[in-house]
Amino acid sequence: MSSVLQLIIEGERLDSAQMAQVLNLSEAEVESEIKRLKAEHVLLGWRPVLNPQCVQEDIIRAVIEVKISPERDGGFDRLAARISQFDAVESCYLMSGSYDLLIFARGADLREVASFVSERLASVSGVLSTATHFMLRAYKEQGHLLLSPNEGGDKPVVSP
Amino acid sequence: MEANSQRFVAGHVSGLPRSGIRDFFAIVAAMPQAISLGIGEPDFVTPWHIREAAIFALEKGKTSYTDNLGLLRLRHEISKYVENNFNLSYHPEKEVLVAVGVSEALDIALRAVLNPGDKVLYHEPCYVSYSPSIKLAHAQPIRVGTSSEDQFSIDPDRVADAWEPGCKVLLLNFPTNPTGGVTDKVKLEKLAKFAVEKDLLIISDEIYSELTFEGNHTSIASLPGMRERTIFLHGFSKAYAMTGFRIGYACGPQPLIEAMMKIHQYSMLCAPILSQEAALEALKNGQPALARMKEAYQDRRDLIVERFNSIGLECHLPKGSFYAFPSIQSVGLESIDFCKGLLQKQEVAVVPGTAFGPSGAGFVRASFSTSYERIIEACDRIGKFVDTNK
Repeated sequence: MSSVLQLIIEGERLDSAQMAQVLNLSEAEVESEIKRLKAEHVLLGWRPVLNPQCVQEDIIRAVIEVKISPERDGGFDRLAARISQFDAVESCYLMSGSYDLLIFARGADLREVASFVSERLASVSGVLSTATHFMLRAYKEQGHLLLSPNEGGDKPVVSP
Repeated sequence: MEANSQRFVAGHVSGLPRSGIRDFFAIVAAMPQAISLGIGEPDFVTPWHIREAAIFALEKGKTSYTDNLGLLRLRHEISKYVENNFNLSYHPEKEVLVAVGVSEALDIALRAVLNPGDKVLYHEPCYVSYSPSIKLAHAQPIRVGTSSEDQFSIDPDRVADAWEPGCKVLLLNFPTNPTGGVTDKVKLEKLAKFAVEKDLLIISDEIYSELTFEGNHTSIASLPGMRERTIFLHGFSKAYAMTGFRIGYACGPQPLIEAMMKIHQYSMLCAPILSQEAALEALKNGQPALARMKEAYQDRRDLIVERFNSIGLECHLPKGSFYAFPSIQSVGLESIDFCKGLLQKQEVAVVPGTAFGPSGAGFVRASFSTSYERIIEACDRIGKFVDTNK
């Protein structure tokens, strides 16, 4: 894996100049590597990891299990790509097991998500069934503990 | 009258200097906003599976004493680990003692072997407890300086020069806190030969051995003829980020472990059982987490050393530990004045080299066990401080 990408994944908010220091590269080299990663669709974007409990705007999040009919050419891909186009869909994965697609969806309120499922998703030709689960509370968000973050104890500021 | 109570304090204790770290700690503690590179422990919290093992042990009601030497299951695992990683074979039932950190293991090792007036050779700059622990055992510390020209490795000739009649022990700590110095096999072989010649016992504190970045760590105890004259000390604090668990161990020939056990059983009785359970989990399943932490340290080391050198603070590449030990001689300030000035003007804490003995004069210790962002910010500020003092 590219060292620049590795550093981005580690999750510290470093600018190109700082990354250049860490990796012992020139700033131009870091910039060009980031450009390459974007051009090749390896790096799709940056998003901050927010604590859902602290974000002011009310957002409802749901996971939706979807059963769909595979097609002769392309299997699940065409339908999955089509479903993924909806703004309400944050992520979409093909799963093994009792259903086919797992969708992470979001909306302003319960009604918005519900109407997305009943009016948009369920009506797509080839969708056989849906099961929607609303998220009640987050305990861990992309590697960050929310309820009981590690406090590290009463570590002295200087120690031998 | 508080002052009068001083007369009750034993002479050899009142004669001990306070740790330089403690004095500096008081200054830094008053400035909580400062970036501290002064912390002598990992930035990581103990890996969850190790903490979970301690919680599980507590749930199961494991709240008793253990065997004085430690849980036999743990001693078996230690014996296996030491054999696999250090090429040393110790009998788990008779030659392994689980202690309350390497600090306790060192203390009881010294007390078990030293008679009043015996002399102990140790290399310096070194961990803050070495000289005091020797004195508390009513023995005399004999300092052997190490230097930046030698990357703070040990020079066997200097050890030979420092030797004098009455020397009984040679205390080693590689990789070294605070310098990150290591020593190679050739030097260890010379030291081993010297130890045999002068009939010295080696006490080898190898707490940072897993954090050796270049080359393989060799324990002096594994060299021919050295096992019988070496007490090997190791622990979990640094490799597994378990400082607060206070858990370490000593391995050595049975008569020495038996002697240490006598002191341990009358003072500590045993190491806390929960820490022993956690240590067992660390040895069984902690290797992936250890490898991840080590990689993180190495990347941070490369960054901080590069930055110090570019700022004009000459810094050797520490081959082990998570400390950089740059020279501040180009600035023309005493270590303590550099540290106080840096703290007051730029709010960055590093530890004066003199806290680790007189040989640390002209140096400071900076821990790189922290985030890239903090290292970069701290180095930017140190650079400004150096520029304004040139």
